[in-house]
Amino acid sequence: MNDLRLDAVSIALDGRTLLSLSARVEPGETLTVMGPSGSGKSSLLAYIGGFLAPDFHASGNVFAGDVEITALPAEARHAGLLFQDALLFPHMSVAANVAFALPASIKGRAARLERAEDALQDVDLAGYGDRDPATLSGGQKARVALARTLVSQPRMLLLDEPFSRLDAALRAQIRDLVFERAKAAKLPVILVTHDEADATAAGGTVVRIGGAS
Amino acid sequence: MTPRRDGLALIARFGPPLTIAILAGPVVAGLLGTVLPAFGYLPALGGTAFGLDAFKSLLAMPGIGRSALLSLATGLASAVLSLAIVMVFLAGWAGTRSFARVRSMISPLLSVPHAAAAFGLTFLIAPSGLLARLVSPGLTGWERPPDLLIVNDPNGLALIAGLVVKEVPFLLLIALAALPQIKLVETRALAASLGYGRIAGFLYLAWPQLYGRIRLAVFAVIAFAASVVDVALILGPTTPATLSVRLVGWMNDPNLSMRFVAAAGAVLQLGVVVAALGLWLVLERVFAALRNAMAARGLRLRRDAGIRHAALGLMTASGIIVGAGLVALGLWSVAGLWQFPDPLPSAFTLRAWTSALPRIAAPLGTTLWAGALSTLIALVLTLLCLLRERDTGRTVGKGALALIYLPLVVPQIAFLFGLQFLFLSFDFVARFPALVLAHLVFVLPYVFLSLSDTWRAFDPRYEAIAAGLGKSRWRTLIAIRLPMMVRPILTAAAVGFAVSVAQYLPTLLIGAGRLPTITTEAVALAAGGARRTIGVYAFLQMLLPAVGFAIAILVPALLFRQRRAMQA
Repeated sequence: MNDLRLDAVSIALDGRTLLSLSARVEPGETLTVMGPSGSGKSSLLAYIGGFLAPDFHASGNVFAGDVEITALPAEARHAGLLFQDALLFPHMSVAANVAFALPASIKGRAARLERAEDALQDVDLAGYGDRDPATLSGGQKARVALARTLVSQPRMLLLDEPFSRLDAALRAQIRDLVFERAKAAKLPVILVTHDEADATAAGGTVVRIGGAS
Repeated sequence: MTPRRDGLALIARFGPPLTIAILAGPVVAGLLGTVLPAFGYLPALGGTAFGLDAFKSLLAMPGIGRSALLSLATGLASAVLSLAIVMVFLAGWAGTRSFARVRSMISPLLSVPHAAAAFGLTFLIAPSGLLARLVSPGLTGWERPPDLLIVNDPNGLALIAGLVVKEVPFLLLIALAALPQIKLVETRALAASLGYGRIAGFLYLAWPQLYGRIRLAVFAVIAFAASVVDVALILGPTTPATLSVRLVGWMNDPNLSMRFVAAAGAVLQLGVVVAALGLWLVLERVFAALRNAMAARGLRLRRDAGIRHAALGLMTASGIIVGAGLVALGLWSVAGLWQFPDPLPSAFTLRAWTSALPRIAAPLGTTLWAGALSTLIALVLTLLCLLRERDTGRTVGKGALALIYLPLVVPQIAFLFGLQFLFLSFDFVARFPALVLAHLVFVLPYVFLSLSDTWRAFDPRYEAIAAGLGKSRWRTLIAIRLPMMVRPILTAAAVGFAVSVAQYLPTLLIGAGRLPTITTEAVALAAGGARRTIGVYAFLQMLLPAVGFAIAILVPALLFRQRRAMQA
């Protein structure tokens, strides 16, 4: 399993440096980046994932194991993303959402759907495959989003305040589920948040940005 | 930087230059092709020396001054009236329940082609029209149609009315698209808390921002109204006719030397539109100064209920007029004997339809193909431009927006005439690809304007997730973004198709009369009085865009009937 290394990553907008950071995240570990809104913490994830808007100026290298992913297009980086919203594709069934994420190496419609159903079972959503995503509860959507990310065999997990829209009880539950699965899959995780409880639950290193300026 | 060497980005590169070429190329080349013959240069017809002879002949034409003045006055008057109705209606009602009701009534009217709406108005207000029948002989005592010149009146009042009922829905929808960008609720609350009436508060605080965003569309309305041909042929004065109508006559004159006069006339038409826009700029200032003076004096205008209801009434009336006109068209197309003043035909028959159908097949085919192809090309170019925006991170600025409006602000007739000359010299006139290209020039801006805001408002995180799942940009486009945006895309396509169906002048000039469409056939019937046949053609002309919009609503609804988030 691969670690994730940020080598002198620096992101600027309109000539103002938002953050600069070097770090190493071991497989199964979490690096938490904390900062107020507008501090550029989401742009760090965008840079690693390969979808940073062109008006930002960014430099530095990101390595997943031996692979320098900053040299790759977004679709070759395999950065599993979870956002505030589950962002299930609204035109697909729940199973189709998960099946879409499966690697192309799994062939055949039936085989893919079966794998998708298995993945749903792993997040306690057995039998939900035919459902319309819009009919699920917030917690169920978050679990589908997690299943979708995990079946794509990502190199890392990038979490952009993924728990902040959930109510308190659900929040702890989903948070534990995500970190447990990330550990089990030995994925390096970068979590961006402004909630201290998230940082505590994540364990691992905490980096604070943007507060002093 | 992120490498973007994927195929989609490469193709998207061609979007903006191609779009610019299609928007600006025909306009610039066409204007040149108009201006040169106007000053005597047209080697094909023996014009090799520059001179002002064509203008001298033009100015010697009887009633030319009045024609030009009519174009200017009807264009400006219809724009002033339409904008005033829309402005006061928005000021009085935006955000209320009546507003939503009127909005849903007015919106479908945008798809009605100008010519069909004009015919409908004729069938409504003519001395033997539906209105006269409904009140005769009871109120009027008329046993036969009165001898009144209501349609084609010499001062162009019917023409102005016909333009207003079509410009009102257009301006309303453009304004509605811009409305979310201004803080309406907060502005209303602030104005009310300071004791201002609804209209005054809106005009002082919200209108200046809103107007800034719809100004180009207003310019397009003025340019269109001051140079319109089809509506003027149907509703406009005849002795003399408006400049645009006379121009088309000269362009089709068998005496080829009249082409020089027509070219000079087209330049004059350009001048008329420039003058109309110039006068508009003055009106803008006068209005702004007046408004500022009123605001500075703190005029609250709290008793505005009368004006508010008048605007609501006018807005509703413009909708009812177009709707009733369409009913009149439909009635006439199936009317057997229909004597004055009977409000309804005494017999119904499909004879007009069955006798017209054999002759309709070819024009209908041309209409459908030209509409489908120009819309498809416009859609592809629009999508490429929007994809390119993401790669460069730049949305179109003010300059590019002006370019999108270019074919709508330069009067059609001024550049289509020259374009016809150019195409003639390449033997490209009356060919189907030329027709599609001519339609594309006008379809493309509307498709772009219709789709761009919704496209840009798409949540980019969906695409980030798909990329993170290892999907290429192509696959993400095909599997995620296009399906999720199928409703706005089909709506933009319906708008484009409606624009193509309604095109009269490009079809007439670039088709050289040999590629007739439903629209050119319908307008050609205007001079005769064959109401039943006009009813058939105009009804069909109205029906085609309506079918397009119906498809745009039904297809996504059926496709995603089990996906709640994809509804509405």
